[in-house]
Amino acid sequence: MSVSTASHRVEFQDRAKQALQDVSLQRALAKARGGFVDHRQEAIDALPEFDAIRDAARDIKNHVLANLDGYLELYEQQVIENGGQVHWARDAEEACQIIAGICKEAQAKTVTKGKSMVSEEMHLNPVLEAAGMTVVETDLGEYIVQLAGETPSHIIAPAVHKTREQITDLFHEHHSPLGYTDRVTQREALVNEARSVLRERFVTADVGITGANFLVAETGANVIVTNEGNGDLTSCLPRVHIVTAGIEKIVPSLDDLAVLLRVLARSATGQEFSAYTSLYSGPRRPGDMEGPEAYHVVLLDNGRSRLLGGQYQAMLRCIRCGACLNHCPVYGSIGGHAYGWVYSGPMGSVLTPLLNGFDQSLDLPNACTLNGRCKEVCPVRIPLSDLLLKHRVEQHERRLSSGFGRFLLGAWAWLACRPRLYQGVMALPLRVMHMLGRRRGGLTWLPGVGGWTGSRDFPAPARRSFMRQWQSRKVRS
Amino acid sequence: MRPQVAFAAVALLERAGCRVRVPREQSCCGQPALNSGDRASTMNIAKGVIRAFSGDDYVVVPSGSCADTLINKYPDLFRHDVKWAGRAQDLADKTFELTTFLVEQLGVELEQVSYPGVCAYHDSCSGLRELAIHQQPRALLQQVEGLSLRELDDGSACCGFGGLFSVKYPDLSGRIVSDKCDQIAQTEADTVLGGDLGCLLNIAGRLRREGSDLKVFHVAEVLAGMTDGPAIGEAESEDMA
Repeated sequence: MSVSTASHRVEFQDRAKQALQDVSLQRALAKARGGFVDHRQEAIDALPEFDAIRDAARDIKNHVLANLDGYLELYEQQVIENGGQVHWARDAEEACQIIAGICKEAQAKTVTKGKSMVSEEMHLNPVLEAAGMTVVETDLGEYIVQLAGETPSHIIAPAVHKTREQITDLFHEHHSPLGYTDRVTQREALVNEARSVLRERFVTADVGITGANFLVAETGANVIVTNEGNGDLTSCLPRVHIVTAGIEKIVPSLDDLAVLLRVLARSATGQEFSAYTSLYSGPRRPGDMEGPEAYHVVLLDNGRSRLLGGQYQAMLRCIRCGACLNHCPVYGSIGGHAYGWVYSGPMGSVLTPLLNGFDQSLDLPNACTLNGRCKEVCPVRIPLSDLLLKHRVEQHERRLSSGFGRFLLGAWAWLACRPRLYQGVMALPLRVMHMLGRRRGGLTWLPGVGGWTGSRDFPAPARRSFMRQWQSRKVRS
Repeated sequence: MRPQVAFAAVALLERAGCRVRVPREQSCCGQPALNSGDRASTMNIAKGVIRAFSGDDYVVVPSGSCADTLINKYPDLFRHDVKWAGRAQDLADKTFELTTFLVEQLGVELEQVSYPGVCAYHDSCSGLRELAIHQQPRALLQQVEGLSLRELDDGSACCGFGGLFSVKYPDLSGRIVSDKCDQIAQTEADTVLGGDLGCLLNIAGRLRREGSDLKVFHVAEVLAGMTDGPAIGEAESEDMA
């Protein structure tokens, strides 16, 4: 295990380093960051009761998690009454098999997809493609990422890491064979070209797969919020509609849904409401003009039920708004891909070790300054930075952290429990650092503090510590 | 590291009529261990701190993050410890961050302190978010003659220090502090102030590396009028050496 953890550690550090040196990525991140933060703030300033609504949203999710089994059964009953089917998947593989099975039974050739992080979590696309189907992502960001052969780098803005120039190149490469030979560079023209290409796909798709922002237990509805309307075309036009969601997406009633919707868009994009908020309750009924012939819901556990009743349960409140990513200085520096899995930023750093295994992602809970801004902006008040600290405690107690690091820390702590010795032992290195650094004011190279001095000086300490000087002052007086 | 911060704190308290004691039996509040997930070591250190200050009326800390550790983290650590929970809470109840203590407990009015400069104030994360320290240092700085204050564009953003984070992930930390320094530069201030030495070492170190001549002081140094010597990370002048 120590080998695999060591190698993983290097991987994160390497990916982070690459991300820091990636000029296009840095440009894209810099452009996105301020916008998200400012827009959210404006939306919240316009809603004085935002904090009270957040409390209500948190309470609703807590209530659901405390009664999850009952609400899931109620939801299933309602879906069946509406003419749909619910499938339960223990893990990603099972979910993929179920979905691939439904698609095969429908003799699907083309599958359109609305944005779904859960389908990313289960790596669905390769499974469907291996079964001979053409899979088309229809969310613009997801579509861009799919063309690039990449994964989303942000849970609500999948292609936030791409610059417009890169998107121009991608579209030109992939759309030229379809007859779009002009190289378009402007934002609106790019959107129109994608829309035109995707229209054809929407009409010819056999199966549409969407995620769900919420599942309403009392009505059996699944709810998706989008700004492009692609979710609606994916849900309504194909013969078969498959909804896939994590089991924690349940809300009891439409009233509860209204509370959560009020915090979601504001936290995510700073909108009061997203452009489209759609509720789907089942297949076409007799007399309906449109809608799918068959309606399936695939509910994924994949480790979520393990979190119930434990110290990380609050993480299941997450409504995937992305606010914690947008306010995280680490995410803002390296983007989502460096995190190594589908979820990134603070919510990803909490969730990834929980769903994928502690020893697989040792860096994530540590690569955080514990500044607490994620916790502050979370619309359902998940104490994200506290949960990251819990991860660190667990790493320490399970001896997953580096042995050398633990030894150094232990030695330091032993010393810190002996203040007079501590003051004595610290005096020498401080004095040496003072001698070496006083002319410049700081040290440009300092062993033992990693790469601290790679990008900044280490300010020179005073010659004698406060405790020493205070003692002599007392003696003098 | 910078004894002058503590001397400034002592001076401010003494001028306000407090009798100041500095127990020798103290070392560190234990944050490096706490934030590394080592609860056992942190509790050992915490017990020493709780003992060292058991006889005092107030404990005043010139650092938001250290104050947060004593005020919020110790009671949480000893929550299930019958013997220590009460003592940890007693310490928490009488502990204050310096500017909070001066403003909210003492209602201090500064006498004839001046600092001719345009200052940008860096709100440290622990202080800002865990102890709601924002208005207190500003209220005090308003009383300093000649000083004008500039707000950063995104003032509640982290500076990238994060204690051991800056040692374990120096590239990330360096990147974040460089963003912070860009924001500081945009204010066109000539001085950076803050209430946490960790952040200030980080920011001053980066500014020095960039060749900037911005001065960096702990807010206590300015409030106490102790700004004649070199600022944080600044070279000592020849006559002083």
